Amino acid sequence: MGFFLETLIGGLMAGMLYSLVALGFVLIFKASGVFNFAQGAMVLFAALAMARFAEWIPGWFGLEGSYLGTAAAFVVAGALMFVVAWLIERLVLRHLVNQEGATLLMATLGIAYVLEGIGSTLFGNDIYKIDVGMPKDPVFLFEEVFPGGLLINKEDFIAALIAAVLVGLLTLFFQKTTTGRALRAVADDHQAAQSIGIPLNRIWVIVWCVAGLVALVAGVIWGSKLGVQFSLSTVALRALPVVILGGLTSVPGAILGGLIIGVGEKLSEVYLGPMVGGGIEIWFAYVLALVVLLFRPQGLFGEKIIDRV
Amino acid sequence: MSRKIGEVILDLKKVSLSFGGVKALTDISFDVREHEIRAIIGPNGAGKSSMLNVINGVYRPQEGEIILRGQHFTKMSPYKAARAGISRTFQNIALFKGMNVIDNLMTGRNMKIRSNLIQQAFWWGPARREELGHRAKVEEVIDFLEIQHIRKTPVGRLPYGLQKRVDLGRALAMEPSILLLDEPMAGMNVEEKQDMCRFILDVNDQFGTTIVLIEHDMAVVMDISDRVVVLDYGKKIGDGDPDAVRANPDVISAYLGASH
Repeated sequence: MGFFLETLIGGLMAGMLYSLVALGFVLIFKASGVFNFAQGAMVLFAALAMARFAEWIPGWFGLEGSYLGTAAAFVVAGALMFVVAWLIERLVLRHLVNQEGATLLMATLGIAYVLEGIGSTLFGNDIYKIDVGMPKDPVFLFEEVFPGGLLINKEDFIAALIAAVLVGLLTLFFQKTTTGRALRAVADDHQAAQSIGIPLNRIWVIVWCVAGLVALVAGVIWGSKLGVQFSLSTVALRALPVVILGGLTSVPGAILGGLIIGVGEKLSEVYLGPMVGGGIEIWFAYVLALVVLLFRPQGLFGEKIIDRV
Repeated sequence: MSRKIGEVILDLKKVSLSFGGVKALTDISFDVREHEIRAIIGPNGAGKSSMLNVINGVYRPQEGEIILRGQHFTKMSPYKAARAGISRTFQNIALFKGMNVIDNLMTGRNMKIRSNLIQQAFWWGPARREELGHRAKVEEVIDFLEIQHIRKTPVGRLPYGLQKRVDLGRALAMEPSILLLDEPMAGMNVEEKQDMCRFILDVNDQFGTTIVLIEHDMAVVMDISDRVVVLDYGKKIGDGDPDAVRANPDVISAYLGASH
């Protein structure tokens, strides 16, 4: 039982990270109807920025080893993501108002490569570490309930907490604020949104800023766990089945989808793996997403699309 | 009728619009007076929708200008138009399908909302009062259009006639001074048309809203409009009160398809 729970919790923690990346996809899709292929590149870019600024800024201002340096690096990296969002709107999206979804999709593919290129030019190609001072030591819980207790990584726990807070804030933002409503309106119909005086350009900047911020948080957490390297941009591919599973338009869907896939991967690896010779973890998510697609094309929580013929 | 037709509020001067080699509008001028119902009619492809899209700023004419309350606009945009108090409905309903009726109408209040994001997020003080005020206004529109029973229904599920009504509701929620209606009665049955006519007349009468509408149905147009502009092949061929337009030989030939 103790072992099962440990696997489960490990899966939940991993799932939380998938959720964070998936969240970036969902935000942009909800607000602009664009499937943003550049989300992975944004995570990489943000993580690179964070890693390097955390190195440089304390050096420039003599803040070595203090939290202030790390905090400053986070703020600067966040500001940089805002600049990126603004540039994307200015240089790309503004010219593609009222265009087909496929056109916008291709544009984000382009953005992904440009971001990767600029990222490695500005920040270098090596593997960096991000150290935001999260406690790394494991703790044992419930030692009196299970023999040996439950081994839990404090870092994972904090990461999950951060993700949960972020999700709470975003849900509030989308459901309760006028800006959130304007975002949903823009997602539904560009033309109509313009006609009632919603400034399309500003809305897009806002949503890409938010997505950039989510990418930064995801990048920092992934980076402090596994280090920052180029392959981080492929986490977007890992998050793809999560988005399909949860539904492209649902924030809670992205979270639950991530958790389901995280847990599913770990449990299937541990319990089914030995039967088929292991390696399940790599393809499990995709198979799960496929099965969901067969029965619920809109994902578990997505909005059902009603079309009149 | 209590309304009184006032001064010219919207004036279009020598507007020409072309798409590549296709001339959609050629040298069109007309004006709209405050509180009146002004119709734009014409056969298919006459440039009626283009005209509306020019007023609304969706299309930018190559020549001509738009004078709104004495202010000259050579470059109108949908955003500027909305700020200036122009709202519109769409021929092929463009509602936010995933949202319910109330939320759709609330988006119409978007421009008027003053509180900032953080206040809204925490439903705090002024933001709360403000939201309640806007909700009350939206409820008024809902009562006015007699759509109380569908307030919480996602608009994607509503039948066509009701969607058209919600579309009008969203435009009304903006409390516009000028309302542009793009074929408000297209695709409706007789009963729905009568309802829509009644709403248009009531909006005009009770709120004093100036209305510019495009419509196919000649009978309806002649009944409810104060003045009518007739377009054919992007040119203005008639302008005046319904009786004068009806008697205009150019208009008759355009509609009956006599040789040009």
